[in-house]
Amino acid sequence: MTTSDHDLEVAMGQMLRIGVTIAALVVLAGGVLYLWQNQGPVPDYKHFHGAATEYTQIGGILRGAIRLDSRSLIEFGLLLLIATPIGRVIFGVAGFAKMKDWLYAVVSVIVLAVLLFSLFWKR
Amino acid sequence: MNDLLFSLIVCCTSILAGFLGALTGLGGGVVIVPVLALLFKIDLRYAIGASLVSVIATSSGAAAAYVRDGFSNIRIGMFLEVATTIGALTGAWLVAKVSTGWIGVIFGVVLLYSAWMSVRKRAPVSVASQEDALGSRLNMKGSYPVGDGKREAYIAHHVPGGFAIMYLAGVLSGLLGIGSGAVKVLAMDQVMRLPFKVSTTTSNFMIGVTAAASAGVYLSRGYILPGLAMPVMLGVLGGSLAGSRVLVRAHVKTLRMVFALVIVALGAQMIFSGLTGRL
Repeated sequence: MTTSDHDLEVAMGQMLRIGVTIAALVVLAGGVLYLWQNQGPVPDYKHFHGAATEYTQIGGILRGAIRLDSRSLIEFGLLLLIATPIGRVIFGVAGFAKMKDWLYAVVSVIVLAVLLFSLFWKR
Repeated sequence: MNDLLFSLIVCCTSILAGFLGALTGLGGGVVIVPVLALLFKIDLRYAIGASLVSVIATSSGAAAAYVRDGFSNIRIGMFLEVATTIGALTGAWLVAKVSTGWIGVIFGVVLLYSAWMSVRKRAPVSVASQEDALGSRLNMKGSYPVGDGKREAYIAHHVPGGFAIMYLAGVLSGLLGIGSGAVKVLAMDQVMRLPFKVSTTTSNFMIGVTAAASAGVYLSRGYILPGLAMPVMLGVLGGSLAGSRVLVRAHVKTLRMVFALVIVALGAQMIFSGLTGRL
C-alpha cells in the first residue's frame, strides 16, 4: 500500500512543481510586458473598483492572452496557478481509482466538484 | 511614484515576507496582507486577492521537497480538504458581506493567535497509535520515518473534531487570503493527534487546494488585479523558496521571536485600524 501511495504523492509533487514553474514564467513574461507598456503613475489601488470584467472571466482572459495583452497574460498565468492544485486533485481521483480505493476516489471527486463549482459558478 | 518603481518596492517587500514566512513556518500571507493594507494603503480586498494567489504558489512550489521525505499523508489530506474547500467557499462569499473594518479585526486576531502559536512551548502530545474506530474505517493512518530506516505507525483520532476545525481554517483562508496553516496544524497535531511532521507537511498540500477554492470566487469578483498580484506573487514565491533553502542553517529560535513581535505589532495595528474605520 505504502509504495503506490508514495508513487502517487511523488507524481502529484512533480505535477505541482511543473505547474507552478510554468505559471510563474507566464506571469513574469506578462509582468515584463506590462511594466514596459505602462510607465505611467501607479494605478489607484487605494479604492476598490474591482478588476475590469475582461480580467474576471476565463473567456475574456484567454482572448486577451492570445492578443498578448499584458494584463491578460498575467491573469492567464494566475489561472494556470489556480489550475495547478486542481490538477493535483484530478491526479488523486485517477490514482485512488487505479488503486481501487473507491472511498478516496469519491472523496477526491467531492473536492474536485467544490473547486470546479468555485471556478465556473456564475453569480 | 511611477508604476515600475512601485512594482519593484512591492516585489522586494514580498520577497522579504515570503522569506520570513518560510523560515518561521507561518507563511507569507499573514505578513503581506497587513503590510500592503497598512503601509501601502492598498484596499484590503485587493491585498487579500494578491496574497491568496501567492499562497497557492508557495504551497505548490514547496510540494516537491515535502513529498521526498514521505511524511505527508494523501488520504488524510484529501479527506480534510472536503472541509477546507467548502470552508474556503464560505469565506470567499463572506468577504463581500463583511465590512473591511471587521475583516481587519478578524485578521488582527488571527495574527495574534499565529504569533502565540509560533513561540509557545509545544506541549508534547503523545502520538496516538492505539486503535480508533472512525480513523480506522476511513483508513486515516500511516507510518512515518523515525530514523535508522525505522517507521512508526500512527492513526487519526477525533476525526469529526478535526474536520470541524478544518472547516474553520478554510473559512479564515477564504476570508483573509491566507493559508491559515497555523489552524490546520492545530487540527491535525493537537486534535487528531498526528505526528507533528505529518501535520505540517500534509497541511502544506492542503493550503494550495484550499486557496484554489476561494481563488475562483475572488477572480470573478475582481479582487485579483494583474498589476498588483504580479509583483506580490512572484516576490512571495521567490522569497519562500529561498527561505526554505536556508531553513536548517539559520538561528530559527531568535528569528522566530523577532518575527512573532513583528506579527503582534501588525496584528494590533490591524485591529486598531479596523475598529477606527481606516481599512
